[in-house]
Amino acid sequence: MKNTIRVGAVAAVSALALAACASAPEETTSSDTATAAAAPSVDYKACMVSDSGGFDDKSFNQSGYEGLTRAGDELGVTIASAESSSEADFAPNIDAQVAAGCDLIITVGFLLSQATVDAAIANPDVSFAIIDDLADNNYDGKTDAPNIKPITFETDEASFLAGYAAAGATKTGTLSTFGGMNIPSVTIFMNGFLAGADYYNAQKGGDVKVLGWDGKDGQFTGDFEDQSKGQNVTEEFLSQGADVVLPVAGPVGLGAAAAVQSAGDAWLIGVDSDWTKTTDYGDIVLTSVLKNISNSVFDTIKTTIDSGFSAEPYVGTLENEGVGLADFAAGAVPDDVVADLDTIKAGIIDGSISVDVTK
Amino acid sequence: MSAEGQTTEATPDEEAPRESRSRQVLREIAESSSMVVLMAIVASMVIGGVLIIFADQAVRESAAYFFSRPGDTFSAIGDALGSAYSAMFNGAVLNTQAESFAAMIKPLTQTLTMATPLIFAGLGLGIGFRAGLFNIGAQGQVLIGATVGAYVGFAWSLPAGLHLLLAVIGCALGGALWGFIPGVLKARTGAHEVIVTIMLNYIGLYLVAWLLSLDAFQREGSDNPISPMVADTAQYPKILGAQFNLHLGFLLALACAWGAWWLMERSTLGFRLRAVGANPSAARTAGMSIASATIITMVIAGGLAGLAGSAPVLGTQKFLSASTAGSLGFDAITVALLGRSRPLGIVLAAILFGGLQASGPTLQVNANLPVDIVVVIQALIVLFIAAPPLVRAMFRLPAPAHEKEVAA
Repeated sequence: MKNTIRVGAVAAVSALALAACASAPEETTSSDTATAAAAPSVDYKACMVSDSGGFDDKSFNQSGYEGLTRAGDELGVTIASAESSSEADFAPNIDAQVAAGCDLIITVGFLLSQATVDAAIANPDVSFAIIDDLADNNYDGKTDAPNIKPITFETDEASFLAGYAAAGATKTGTLSTFGGMNIPSVTIFMNGFLAGADYYNAQKGGDVKVLGWDGKDGQFTGDFEDQSKGQNVTEEFLSQGADVVLPVAGPVGLGAAAAVQSAGDAWLIGVDSDWTKTTDYGDIVLTSVLKNISNSVFDTIKTTIDSGFSAEPYVGTLENEGVGLADFAAGAVPDDVVADLDTIKAGIIDGSISVDVTK
Repeated sequence: MSAEGQTTEATPDEEAPRESRSRQVLREIAESSSMVVLMAIVASMVIGGVLIIFADQAVRESAAYFFSRPGDTFSAIGDALGSAYSAMFNGAVLNTQAESFAAMIKPLTQTLTMATPLIFAGLGLGIGFRAGLFNIGAQGQVLIGATVGAYVGFAWSLPAGLHLLLAVIGCALGGALWGFIPGVLKARTGAHEVIVTIMLNYIGLYLVAWLLSLDAFQREGSDNPISPMVADTAQYPKILGAQFNLHLGFLLALACAWGAWWLMERSTLGFRLRAVGANPSAARTAGMSIASATIITMVIAGGLAGLAGSAPVLGTQKFLSASTAGSLGFDAITVALLGRSRPLGIVLAAILFGGLQASGPTLQVNANLPVDIVVVIQALIVLFIAAPPLVRAMFRLPAPAHEKEVAA
């Protein structure tokens, strides 16, 4: 035992020593050559504050952060970010970014709404943007400060399409969905999904059921962390005959994916990003409901640099591709249903098809 | 009296010997010398520094060619440590780059603001530890206290002063209730307080999540699970003017610290609680009721933890959400251990932790370090505190002479 440890230690040390043997880069004599190699530099500082989920939440904090780093790489803006470990950190994090000279501060999530509004009023010269919230805390229908840009998403438009497609793909006539928590940014997915399935029934005279959401209440795991809960809920759904699952719960959905994979004859619908690319469960993903937070953050930074800050709300829709549907798994959705989707998409965009739940 | 053997028919009052091990650990931690505590902080800062070095991009890049130009690595290490610790200082003590005096001392006031809930909850836990109770339930007690206080704050409409008073009392009562339940379960049925309080944390969390799904707890016209803002009349006044976040809750926390000291060191009740904590069998033989001591301890501990909930809802963030309590209840355990369960120690430990937390934003924004470093340093402190012999061995400190807990 002791010998194993010794051998291991020697191996580790020599690995470290070998790793340190690389040759040194050329000495740079002046500082301007050092910056020349980097991306074209813009004198603009974009910053981001996460909510308590942190930037590694595999959900909206992470997507937002990806947009920010992409802006740093491609646009050459200076970026800074601050994670909040609890709500007590919100205001101090924003204050620290104001003090550090950020030109644009993007906050992620409705929990930061009040802190963002307070900071925006106190610092009228700094631009703010908030994801998934309208920054309207007095409920007069307007954003509370002129220097906040709300970034929201009509996710139900995309999940409506997913609901329709899933209703066409199901063999058992039963779909299912569950959420992390009963909050609007989650239930909007479930609403669209249910409405899409209902629309399929109305159009095709089908009788497809949706488990887990009835337009008002449904199945929630209670958090956005515990994958085993997602697995349990999904196994329950599968035992009730469902063969498509839409988990709207961030990483909890990976638990659902595990359950679907072991069942074998069911499909999963990804959320936020294309799960055939971002997870290891590509072969069971029917499609993904895309919510392009990353793009919206990147676009907000880009347009602000190009043409100045505008507090005009950004609303991601099917039309501007802020939301959308990823490619279907080959052969899973009947061709006539796929063909319908283009018409439906056009109908949603021109307003002739409502994505609201009618029941 | 053997520890084994009689456990099967143990009634609450007879189970004391079985617990002697955990009580012994508590007492050992409480009696560890200030030198050990200080060295534990130093050791965690040093290890934290090593992590900062490894987390730094420039260091890792220059270490790759360490043997051809070691100077680069050392200067990168120096830069990383320098920017990290100066960010900590600028974020927690004094902002040396500030232009005005107010901006200069703002970090210090922020540290005290962050320390406020930790003082309250740490005091509650400290009293529990000294009475021999491992109360892990501060998290739930903080949250329930915050919920009751916030409800009084946003749903009632009362004149200033009275409104604040009632909201603060609401916080204390909410927490006290969440402490009373495990207290009475332990005293009457012998249920172990660790298990009961951990479970009550979950019950509290989901209870609040459910409450926040009701219209009565939500803002008008919104389905988001956050409560309306607490009325101005129920908010803690800012004690240093509007530009600082430091609020009256801090002074209340200091008053509670004095109160806790008086209770434990000067009052008969405190003597009883300490006696029960030190040696339940002896306390029982001396005619003290262990059951009532347990309940009283848990109610006081819960009430203080509930007051910790008043700091966010009435002081800093002014609304209730399911994550209002953050990780306060668990951080407070560390604070109580670090403060050796004594009020003065807890106040100092809370200020240290408040400072670490207050430095989080500048660490991330100025030094570009992950905020997790702060959490790691906190965790390392606990680790070292929990193993006094390890710290003594590392720094070659002498073993302490054994103090007599109740003798005073």
